[in-house]
Amino acid sequence: MYSSNEIIETINMISQQHLDVRTITLGISLLDCITDSKKRTCEKIYDKIMSKAGNLVKIGNDISSEIGVPIVNKRISVTPVSLISAASKGHLEIIHTLDKIADETGIDFLGGYSALVHKAMTPYEKEFIRSIPEALSQTNKICSSINVATSKAGINMDAVALMGKIVKECAYMTRDKDSLACAKLVVFANAVEDNPFMAGAFLGTGEDDTVVNVGVSGPGVVKTALESCHGDLTEVAECIKQTAFKITRVGQLVAKEASNRLNASFGIVDLSLAPTPVVGDSVARILEEIGLESVGAYGTTACLAMLNDAVKKGGIMACSSVGGLSGAFIPVSEDAGMIKAAQIGALNLEKLEAMTAVCSVGLDMIAIPGDTTAEVISGIIADEIAIGVVNTKTTAVRVIPVYGKKAGEYAEFGGLLGRAPIMNINKYSPAKFINRGGRIPAPLHSNKN
Amino acid sequence: MKAIVSVVGKDKKGIIAKVSTCLYEMNINIENISQTIMQDYFTMIMAVDTADCPVKFDGIKQHLNELGKQTGVEIHIQLQSIFDSMHTLDTSDKEL
Repeated sequence: MYSSNEIIETINMISQQHLDVRTITLGISLLDCITDSKKRTCEKIYDKIMSKAGNLVKIGNDISSEIGVPIVNKRISVTPVSLISAASKGHLEIIHTLDKIADETGIDFLGGYSALVHKAMTPYEKEFIRSIPEALSQTNKICSSINVATSKAGINMDAVALMGKIVKECAYMTRDKDSLACAKLVVFANAVEDNPFMAGAFLGTGEDDTVVNVGVSGPGVVKTALESCHGDLTEVAECIKQTAFKITRVGQLVAKEASNRLNASFGIVDLSLAPTPVVGDSVARILEEIGLESVGAYGTTACLAMLNDAVKKGGIMACSSVGGLSGAFIPVSEDAGMIKAAQIGALNLEKLEAMTAVCSVGLDMIAIPGDTTAEVISGIIADEIAIGVVNTKTTAVRVIPVYGKKAGEYAEFGGLLGRAPIMNINKYSPAKFINRGGRIPAPLHSNKN
Repeated sequence: MKAIVSVVGKDKKGIIAKVSTCLYEMNINIENISQTIMQDYFTMIMAVDTADCPVKFDGIKQHLNELGKQTGVEIHIQLQSIFDSMHTLDTSDKEL
């Protein structure tokens, strides 16, 4: 039996330190829905998802009530739609079906309007990618991701060049909402098949028919634990580890129970410190608690490397299967401390890029000026993707060139997506490099056989 | 189902009486009680079994919540598995 102190500790973690399970994401394979008829494919998709996920929100809410821990989002991820629609060319019909499903089930997001083009794009995949701006601007809860590189294949620079244009187009299509569509689109290197987090969730072809993946959270819990840790950095790392263990155990419990009740496989727990814009739920504040005046100061990358590593070490023993993106997230608009640091000029894009080399997952939710060119966006993508490819890790880019706005102004997205100060960027052009196209070959160390 | 009822608030007369009466009325068995005063705050932890309780878990929560409001204390009920998970090292899979 545990002591009263332990029980009070748990209650305080939930009520005062924002401990939550960020998401239960039910992965559903759509491979058995492929037909050469648009109508028939959509019908099969509708029937399958509704039969598997009709109760997802209720089950999530029940578990949350019983253990007393908020489960913030209930989400669905599906097989990359480009694979499902290739035979019928029915991607736009499918996205409207998925949007309808998202509304009827009451889930928060549905991910998987995705294509994996890390080595090359088929003609149909190009057509599919070109549909993303229309797809994301006409729907509310659908998220899209494109994998443009892997450590094994190198970087598909044709896809990188195309994605710069697509991001711009998404921004224009939702110009009345601060270019919100860009917040639902992520460009990946080394995308994972079992990610529960949006906007990058899809269910890989190596996965089971229905799979529960859970993403945990809890930056506020780590920050509070560190407030009473006055030791050296070894002790700080140990404190983070022990706290991460407790947080992850909650994820394990929820994942196990949700998979039982949904009659789905237990997939993975994503060991993540995912912030929200709420005060006291910030990854940046953890780094500042360790001893930085502001996140972005010299030392930030080192602190973040230690935090990320300690979270994994604590979490790995706490659950039976770890996966997804697993690490500390640093989305700028979704973290009160990051927003503040960007506001006061302590944090710039270059420092953020360095930080992504040691944590999960990339340049995330960063607002940039609306007049940024497609080539510059492709350059930002290429740099971030190169970090992932060379370091054999997942990296991603989710930038928002906010239409009609300049550096220093704000983009307002609301909810979990938060608000972002528009950051200054380097204006020199990488256009010639981007327009060369082709593929950057895989790094030497990827040839491990 | 095994659950933990926790009561935290300013110390006053009759808190235990009221909470245990409420649990008794819902046919919930109390298996263990520990109670302390920490920094003037009354803290009580009850291990209970809801197996014979006809009320659904949400209903139990609501009853205790209302009682908490009337009495001026905070009352939570959560399944025991959340505490087992967080505070024991046993990594075998827990069921709710």
